[in-house]
Amino acid sequence: MTTTYDVVVVGAGHAGVAVVSALAKAGFAGSVAVLGDEPVLPYERPPLSKEYLTDGGAAPLLRTEAFWSTDSVQLELGAQVTTVDPAAKLVHVADGRTFGYRKLVWATGADARALRVPGATADNLHSIRRLSDVDRLRRHLTARGRAVIIGGGYIGLETAAVLTGLGHQVTVVEAVDRVLARVTGPVVSRFYQQLHERHGVRIVLGETVAGIATRAGRAHGVHLGSGELLPADVVIVGVGAVPAVEVLQDAGAAGDGGLLVDDLCRTTLPDVHAIGDCALQVNRFSTSAAPVRLESVSNANHQAKVTAAHLVGAPPPVPAVPWFWSNQYDVKLQTAGLFAGHDEVVTRGEPDSGRFSVLYLARGRLLAADCVNVPADFAGARRVIGERERLDTELAADPGTPLKTAVLAHA
Amino acid sequence: MGRITFIDSGQAERPADFSPGESVMTAAVNNNVAGIDGECGGELSCATCHVYLPESLAALVPPPSADELEMLEVVDERQAGSRLGCQVRLVDSMDGMVVVVAGEGS
Ligand SMILES: Cc1cc2nc3c(=O)[nH]c(=O)nc-3n(C[C@H](O)[C@H](O)[C@H](O)COP(=O)(O)OP(=O)(O)OC[C@H]3O[C@@H](n4cnc5c(N)ncnc54)[C@H](O)[C@@H]3O)c2cc1C
Ligand code: FES
Repeated sequence: MTTTYDVVVVGAGHAGVAVVSALAKAGFAGSVAVLGDEPVLPYERPPLSKEYLTDGGAAPLLRTEAFWSTDSVQLELGAQVTTVDPAAKLVHVADGRTFGYRKLVWATGADARALRVPGATADNLHSIRRLSDVDRLRRHLTARGRAVIIGGGYIGLETAAVLTGLGHQVTVVEAVDRVLARVTGPVVSRFYQQLHERHGVRIVLGETVAGIATRAGRAHGVHLGSGELLPADVVIVGVGAVPAVEVLQDAGAAGDGGLLVDDLCRTTLPDVHAIGDCALQVNRFSTSAAPVRLESVSNANHQAKVTAAHLVGAPPPVPAVPWFWSNQYDVKLQTAGLFAGHDEVVTRGEPDSGRFSVLYLARGRLLAADCVNVPADFAGARRVIGERERLDTELAADPGTPLKTAVLAHA
Repeated sequence: MGRITFIDSGQAERPADFSPGESVMTAAVNNNVAGIDGECGGELSCATCHVYLPESLAALVPPPSADELEMLEVVDERQAGSRLGCQVRLVDSMDGMVVVVAGEGS
């Protein structure tokens, strides 16, 4: 027998759980089912490359077990949706069950991008996306081993910081000429490279990985394009994420490199929303009119609120400036806005002091800010970006002047 | 188990059960209290957990750390009882107390 729910949420990660809470806060009284393919209660992902990797222990649950024991929400774990029938409004689960929906919220996130080189199936080669990935990695860590991390993005560098702290000898291999190249400018990239090098991490830039050297199914090294072999007891791959869109695209949803949604998070299929890492949406804080896919908790939460408001017939929340954080060693990065398309860069404060911000502007307006150990700048930047203000760049370069004081009077 | 009452961002009273040792932020999030997102999970990065504690409750908890103070300096509508909810641990003696959620939000 098929039960039909007012709302079926597919994916029990940050976005899927946020939509459940946002619906409850908005007073939604209908029936809700959440189908998640992982066998564990929904958990937070950011700690996977931070505290949970360091300490293990209890899973960092997004909500307590008691939260899910209410009658208003049916949480199904280990339920992998394999097909969607948008005409009949049904979703089919791998175990044979079928759920009917009036509204479908697709929140399947993304999967770790696989490394396609010889030897990449080695048993001690890991990615960090799911709790089970980190549990497996922690089991493979030997005391004071050698770790090679492929990819110098946030996840790779956070992992490098944790493993260094645990006493491992870490090498990071990055294909382009600086770390964090996709997400920040050269000043911040240089700061993080030096931070890691000071902690004893070797950073190899502009190098490709030719293959994984294996023996009896286990990696013992990483072959670089240059011919060098980096010895390794464990290999971690952090080369980005691929949105989990196949099932909904097979059902007919449009979108290239994500599920295309409008400003209310509606896909091109009737009564189907998509939110979180899998959604591709025009963002009013982007310099480009092309839709973007954002991978952050704040984006997942905001799109969940937009969707819940729409489902209960409430006005949408005001657009939120995208933001992200990253913790490495004792350095806290908070970043606001989207930096792509900037034409001017202003550094506030001295990177060597360990407290500074980098502002990215386009035609005089603040687009984005990377704030390293300066929460005040982060808070100020979020406001200035949100109001699309122009900045006096000379004033803004002075770390003693609050950012809002550097806003130019309206012409 | 104890119970505190939140006055949420829509001025509604929201009772919330808590386990001793958990934070004001997690108690709010697990009870769908409007205005508390706890976006960074308690990392002192987001300030989406800003609350006002009554004096009676503030007296029962350690004062804010330097990192919390730095974030508090920049929150909207800071008041005398302002704290970041993720930094305040609930204990049995707080049973029955009232916490006010700061600012707008959902
Ligand atoms: C290691 C790591 C560190 C991070 N650190 C930060 C950080 O510091 N700050 C920050 O803002 N963001 C961070 N992020 C990004 C953030 O975690 C993501 O943006 C967020 O999880 C997106 O939420 P989501 O719900 O879209 O996807 P997810 O949280 O990935 O949830 C999607 C869920 O759907 C499930 N699913 C997929 N397909 C199906 C299917 N067919 N049927 C049923 N279930 C399915 C998946 O298994 C998963 O459980 C980090 C991510 C990782 C991996
Ligand atoms: S939850 Fe982010 S600062 Fe409290």
